Amino acid sequence: MKQALELQVNGEAVALMVEPRQTLADVLRDSLRLTGTHLGCEMGVCGACLVLLDGKPVHGCLTLAVQAQGCAVTTVEGLDASGEIADLQAEFHARNALQCGYCTPGMLMTAQALLKRGAVPDRAEIREALSGNFCRCTGYEAIVDAIAATAAKRGAA
Amino acid sequence: MTQRFAPDRPAHIGQPHLRRNALRHLAGRGAYVSDLALPRMVHAAFLRSPMAHGRITALDLDEARAAPGVIAVYSAADLNPMCQGWTGVLSHFAGMTSPAQSILADQEVLWVGHPVAMVIARTRAEAEDACEKILLDIDDLPAVAGFAPALDPDMPAAAEASASNLCFRAELKTEGAAAAFDGAALVVEGEWRFGRHTAVTLEPRAVVADYDPASGQLTVHHGTQTPFQFQDVYARQFGLPDNRVRVISPDVGGSFGMKLHLYHEEMATVAASLKLHRPVRFVADRLESFTSDIHARDHKVKARMALDGQGQVLAMEVLDRTLIGPYSTYPRTSVAEGNQVIRLMGAPYAMPDYHGVLEVLFQNKVQTSQYRAVGHPIAVQVTEALIDLAAEKLGLDPFEMRARNVVADDAYPCASATGYRFEKLSHQESLRRLRALMDYDGLRAEQAALREKGIHRGIGLATFVEITNPGAAFYGVGGARISAQDGAVVRLTPGGEAHCAISVTEQGQGTETIIAQIVADQLGLTPDQVKVVTGDTDATPSGGATWACRGAGIGGETALRAGRKLAEQLCRIAGAILQAAPESLALRGGAVVDAATGAERLALAELARIATYRPDTLPEGTDNSLSVAQHFAPQGYPFGFTNGVQAAWVEVDTETGLVKLLKHWVVEDCGRIINPLLVDEQIRGGVVQGLGAALYEECLYDDAGQLLNGSLADYLVPMAGEMPDILIGHVETPTEDTILGAKGVGEAGTAAAGAAVMNAVNDALRPFGARLCQTPMTPARILAALGIGPTERDETWN
Ligand code: FES
Ligand code: FES
Repeated sequence: MKQALELQVNGEAVALMVEPRQTLADVLRDSLRLTGTHLGCEMGVCGACLVLLDGKPVHGCLTLAVQAQGCAVTTVEGLDASGEIADLQAEFHARNALQCGYCTPGMLMTAQALLKRGAVPDRAEIREALSGNFCRCTGYEAIVDAIAATAAKRGAA
Repeated sequence: MTQRFAPDRPAHIGQPHLRRNALRHLAGRGAYVSDLALPRMVHAAFLRSPMAHGRITALDLDEARAAPGVIAVYSAADLNPMCQGWTGVLSHFAGMTSPAQSILADQEVLWVGHPVAMVIARTRAEAEDACEKILLDIDDLPAVAGFAPALDPDMPAAAEASASNLCFRAELKTEGAAAAFDGAALVVEGEWRFGRHTAVTLEPRAVVADYDPASGQLTVHHGTQTPFQFQDVYARQFGLPDNRVRVISPDVGGSFGMKLHLYHEEMATVAASLKLHRPVRFVADRLESFTSDIHARDHKVKARMALDGQGQVLAMEVLDRTLIGPYSTYPRTSVAEGNQVIRLMGAPYAMPDYHGVLEVLFQNKVQTSQYRAVGHPIAVQVTEALIDLAAEKLGLDPFEMRARNVVADDAYPCASATGYRFEKLSHQESLRRLRALMDYDGLRAEQAALREKGIHRGIGLATFVEITNPGAAFYGVGGARISAQDGAVVRLTPGGEAHCAISVTEQGQGTETIIAQIVADQLGLTPDQVKVVTGDTDATPSGGATWACRGAGIGGETALRAGRKLAEQLCRIAGAILQAAPESLALRGGAVVDAATGAERLALAELARIATYRPDTLPEGTDNSLSVAQHFAPQGYPFGFTNGVQAAWVEVDTETGLVKLLKHWVVEDCGRIINPLLVDEQIRGGVVQGLGAALYEECLYDDAGQLLNGSLADYLVPMAGEMPDILIGHVETPTEDTILGAKGVGEAGTAAAGAAVMNAVNDALRPFGARLCQTPMTPARILAALGIGPTERDETWN
């Protein structure tokens, strides 16, 4: 039995019918075609599916779509469009902190959540914060560098 | 070599140009096959064998056919006759055998995960639900799972079609090998076990097959490195003309060799689309990836090294046994890894004699095949462990031991005892650079000081040789339809910009960026003015694409030659317009200039406008072509070898068995560096994959051939928190075989990272007399080596 679902996605009101077993990631990807949210493990360990639910990072693969009823969901497309991670994206680009790009949206979500905590994290803290984000292509180092550089610049601003 | 680059060409080659296509990914605008949704598209799921070896006694699809959302349910009887079987043997691997494969299991199941039936439904969830409604009965047959049963002569073969469990045997021997051991002052030896691991690309395998009977066109959107190879496979196996088969590989979420093999599921998806006349999608979930993507390694190596009294390596003797699956993979086979293992042994060293034996064995597990750095980690780990053992016995410093034995930088060209021909490598220079880069002497002092405090750190070194730029000798000579050449079409657009369609492909390495840099330099443009198109068999000339590190060396050379050809043609047209000799003209800064003075004569945009819209104004007989095509295949050396050396600095907690990676260094010589930013990232990514295999990653099976850890919660991969910073240095020895001089770099990191870290762990454990010989070096195995855990060689050894 499908169920009505109303939520905000990247600032837009969305209403649709979903099956109770559908995950938020599936609804974002398949129904709303926001394919920037990726699926790597579907069990909460790889971080490819991270989105912000009312500002907090959650795993789109573990969150049922119906759990997002009435919530505000932000995907990588939303973060990109709002310009709020433009500096982070620029640092990733400058250091080539991505290869295939499949982990990148999740990395950006984790990074943005970490940076929003305020204090400027050191490299060890950044590595620790990324402990739920798997990347098979890069050596992680450029990702850590990009986040550290953004943190330093935001901290100085 | 440098002067072969005409000085009039502004050098974007060698610059850290940023990847334009990375911006799409950063905006969440990647376009992967797993993102694709086509009109009328349906979804596939598979019922798979729950047993490693058995005979199907009942298969009832009726209830599944009636399940909600189901469009079709297929068994072997439905799909296998549509397609010719495929057999993963090549004629240059003399004597190798393998059973033929077909789409779905027919009577006999051969590994846990072997697809038995296919369900097509409106959604993947409905297809999975229907799979549960299929009735499948299997009678158990003896499962070959591990070395002991595979080598047991009384054990039946892993597949009934095989006569035995021996897939392939090869032997290499120099005349003096036995005598070298007889006369040796020192012989060191050991036995090593390399666990099975797998690629774990973050985007799983994905394919959407779309057959349109009206046009007779099959379009396959396929996340692969090698679209032309699959165009040929689909055309031939399904009996279609190849120009009616289009394979599109858009963004690919990681591949590392894993996505260039032929899989049952992809063939089934194509077959289903041919039957249903609509798009069919298959995307593996993570468990399916673990039970159907190729695995790699699974080797056991016995090796000895003979040395003289001065510590000069005289010879090695190697027996490499490797367990593959029930079949050899198609089209590259499952024996290429072992073949490279026995040939890469001792490769950095001036070692006159060698005796190597390879035995490739069948078993009832997922197939193994080429994955990043094919064979290298094994050969490097064994060689470098023996070098360290010898150094210890002789009281020599490991650096000194290597410096004494590497082939001297002025001794090239030369050949290895295993038959590889080396054009020019730089081991001595690489060792010198590494020593300075890591402050080796300072690190040794620090290690000694910390030992006093009960902190056990170790330094590990590993020199290596990497195989890149393979020519046709690699697969083509063995009858494989795997192209050793690549092709490009470069054109000037009517607006005066450049467009390059090329057969090499992009999986995030930066292929498109380096091609743009190279073409830009030939045409006097900036890389941003060159649009590069890859990954579509309808859009680019055909070619081998990106594997075995061919992207920069072979693809780059193709682009360079295509760019030069177009530059000459543009100068001819400009000469006709300007009434000047074409040789007196050159391209610079987006214009045709006077080659001698640099004075601008004609903007490229103006040239393009005239040739496109006013060809009538050109002198009669002028060829107004603004496009050229160029193909290139490597000639000269059969492979472009590269070299380097890595070092690891680790700390071992002797109470918990945990290894902390403190720092890692790589000095690498990949010939001409086209883009240092991209090269360094390739190396770092490769190192981390090598570290994963050395410390964490292992596909664990029980005796019955059941995979025990098929999820990312149970199969450990390297994560940011455990990985060290990786410092990189370069030596640049361009190959003289091409104008560009580039070789590959994709395998370098993976090739030796594990060897360096194993040597470092053993260095840390030296005071305890403990030595690790098995990867991954898990805490339990380290404790066992220290005599704290149960036994050193647990059941995974066999
Ligand atoms: S897909 Fe959600 S954490 Fe991996
Ligand atoms: S860039 Fe490929 S998984 Fe991170």
